Amino acid sequence: MQALLKTKTGINGLDEITVGGIPQGRTTLVCGGPGCGKTLLSMEFIVKGAMMYNEPGVFIAFEEKTEELTTNVASLGFDLQKLQKAKKLRLDYVHIDRDEIEETGEYDLDGLFIRLEHAIDSIGAKRVVLDTIENLFSGLSNQAILRAELRRLFHWLNEKGVTAIVTGEQGEGKLTRNGLEEYVSDCVILLDHRVINQISTRRLRVVKYRGSVHGTNEYPFLIDENGISVLPVTSVKLERKVSAERISTGIPSLDEMVGGKGFYRGSSILISGTAGTGKTSIAAYFANETCKRNEKCIFFAFEESPAQIIRNMKSIGLNLNPHMKKGLLHFHSARPALYGLEMHLAGIYKLVKEVKPSVVVLDPITNLVTIGLLHEVNSMLMRLIDFLQSENITVVLTALTSVMDQKIDEGVSSLVDAWISVKDLESNGERNRAVYVMKSRGMKHSNQVREFVISDRGVQLIEIFVGAGGIVVGSERDAEMRRKAGEGENEEQFRNEQARRRQTDSSVNGTKKAGKKTNKNNHGQKR
Amino acid sequence: MQKNRKGGAKAPVRDGVFVLRLYVTGASPNSVRAITNTKNLCNEYLVGNYDLEIIDVYQQPEIAKHENLIALPMLIKKHPLPERRMIGDMSDTERVLTGIGVTTDNEK
Repeated sequence: MQALLKTKTGINGLDEITVGGIPQGRTTLVCGGPGCGKTLLSMEFIVKGAMMYNEPGVFIAFEEKTEELTTNVASLGFDLQKLQKAKKLRLDYVHIDRDEIEETGEYDLDGLFIRLEHAIDSIGAKRVVLDTIENLFSGLSNQAILRAELRRLFHWLNEKGVTAIVTGEQGEGKLTRNGLEEYVSDCVILLDHRVINQISTRRLRVVKYRGSVHGTNEYPFLIDENGISVLPVTSVKLERKVSAERISTGIPSLDEMVGGKGFYRGSSILISGTAGTGKTSIAAYFANETCKRNEKCIFFAFEESPAQIIRNMKSIGLNLNPHMKKGLLHFHSARPALYGLEMHLAGIYKLVKEVKPSVVVLDPITNLVTIGLLHEVNSMLMRLIDFLQSENITVVLTALTSVMDQKIDEGVSSLVDAWISVKDLESNGERNRAVYVMKSRGMKHSNQVREFVISDRGVQLIEIFVGAGGIVVGSERDAEMRRKAGEGENEEQFRNEQARRRQTDSSVNGTKKAGKKTNKNNHGQKR
Repeated sequence: MQKNRKGGAKAPVRDGVFVLRLYVTGASPNSVRAITNTKNLCNEYLVGNYDLEIIDVYQQPEIAKHENLIALPMLIKKHPLPERRMIGDMSDTERVLTGIGVTTDNEK
C-alpha cells in the first residue's frame, strides 16, 4: 500500500495544514476572489520550489505580462530574473484576445500544450502553475472545445508527472466561475479576503484533499515582505513538555509570594487590574529581568508606543534602553484596530518565530476586544498561549478589568497558569493598590494581600499591615509603621507583633474583629 | 513539414500579395482539414496572389511562445496589414475570407 506522495509548497504553515504539502504529480486548484493572493501563493510555490527544494518550475501567466509579474513579486524578495537565468524558472505570458481572433471551425489547444511541454522539458520542471487558465474562457467562444481541452490538459499534466497549481476566480455560488473544480478533483484550496468591521483578514481553507487528512478550518494568512504565512494555529493538543525551572519576575517581593522563586518557565501569567493599577509596570519588570538574564523578550504593546513605555518606566527607575540596544528587548507596538485579530495573531506568531524570545509580554489583551467579539478574542488567546507554551516561552498578559465587564479575564483565567490581580483600595481619601495571587498552578503561593507601592525607586510589595481598623494602607500605614518603628523587622517578629496587636484590638473593640480575623485565617489554611 | 509556397520562396512581397502563415500540429485531423481547406480557399479566391507557408509547431516549439500560439490550427495573415489571426480548421470559408480581408462579392 502506497500513501499519497506530497510535494512541499515551502509556504509557511501551508505544509502543516495539508500535512506535508499538495499532492505530488497532481493538480491542485487554488481559487478565490480578486485580490485574495492566488497569484502570489502560486508564485511562491514555484519560487520556493526552485530555491528550497531544487525543483524548477514553469509559471504560465494568463493575466499579467511577465515583466509586470516580475516587478510585482520583486517586493517580496523574489528575483525572477535571476531564477530564469539559472534555468530554475520559466515564465510565459499567454494571452488571447477575442477581438483579434476569428474562429473558423474546429480547433484545439495544442499551441498551449506545445508551449507548456517545451517550457517543462527545457528546464526539467517539476512544478507548473497556470494562472489563471479561466482567462481562456473569455478569449475563446467555443465552450465545448475548451472544456474538452481543459480536461485533456489536466490529464496530460498528471501524465507528465508535474505537480501543478491552477488558479481560478471565484464564481457566484461556485468555487470557480467556469467550474474548474470539475476537472481538478484532488485538492482544492480556497482563499478569502473578508472585511468585517472595516478590518480585513485573509483566510485560507483546504476545501478538499482527496486521499489525505488535512486541517479543515479557515486559517488566517498574512502577506508581507517575506511572502505568505499561514497559521496552523488550531492544532492544539495538550501534550507540551513542561519545565520545572523557575524564573524571577524581577520583583523579589512578588517572587516571594509564589514560593520565593518566581514562576515556571514556559508558563502563562495573567496580570489583571483596573486602570492605573500598575499592570504594565509589573510586565516591564518581568521584561527587564528577562533581559538581565541575557534572554530575549518581545513586548507587544497595544496601547503605548515603545518610546512612551521606556519613558514611563524610567520614571519608576527602570531603564529599558540598554536592553533594546543590545537587541534583547524587542518592542512591537500596534493599535489593535490596525488590522484584524487573526492578523495580530499572525504577526505575533511570525515575530516570535523570528526573534525566538524566552518571554513574551502582551499589554494589554483587553484592547483586542475592540476589534473582535469576546469569544473570538478568547479563542485567539487560547491559540496564542498554546503556541507560545509549545515553544516553552513564558507569556505575560495584562488585562484591564472594569467594574462593568469581567468576562475577558474570566475567559482567559482558565488558560493561564498564574493570575495576579491588582486592585484599588480606596479609603481615607486615598487610592492605594493591593496585589494578590489569584492562582498559581503547581506551586505554593501566598494567600495574603500585599500592598503594591510604585515609587521612583521602582515597585515594591509591602506586607499588609493590619492596624487598629483592619488593613491599613498608604499614608495611614506609613504613620502606623512609624509608630511601631523599631519593633522588629523580620517576619517572625512581625507576625508576633500582629498577633499581639490583634489580641489588643479584640480587648479594645470587642470580639467582632477578632472573629473576622480568625475566619480569614481559616480560609487561608484551606487554600 | 512540407513547405508549400506559391509566388517564389524568397521573393519580396509584392504589393497586394496575401502573406499567410498556417500553423498546424503534425497530422492531426484538424491540421489536415485546415491545410486542405486553406489551400482550396487560396486557389479559389486568391488565385496566384498569395504566399502561404505551412509550419508544423511540433518541429519548432519555440515558435509557439514567439507567436503566442494557443489554439491551433491558426492562420495568420501577415500582409497586407493589419495582421489578422484565425483559428480552426478553416471550414467556415466566409469567416476566413473576412479575416483575410477578401470581400465576398468576389464569389462566383
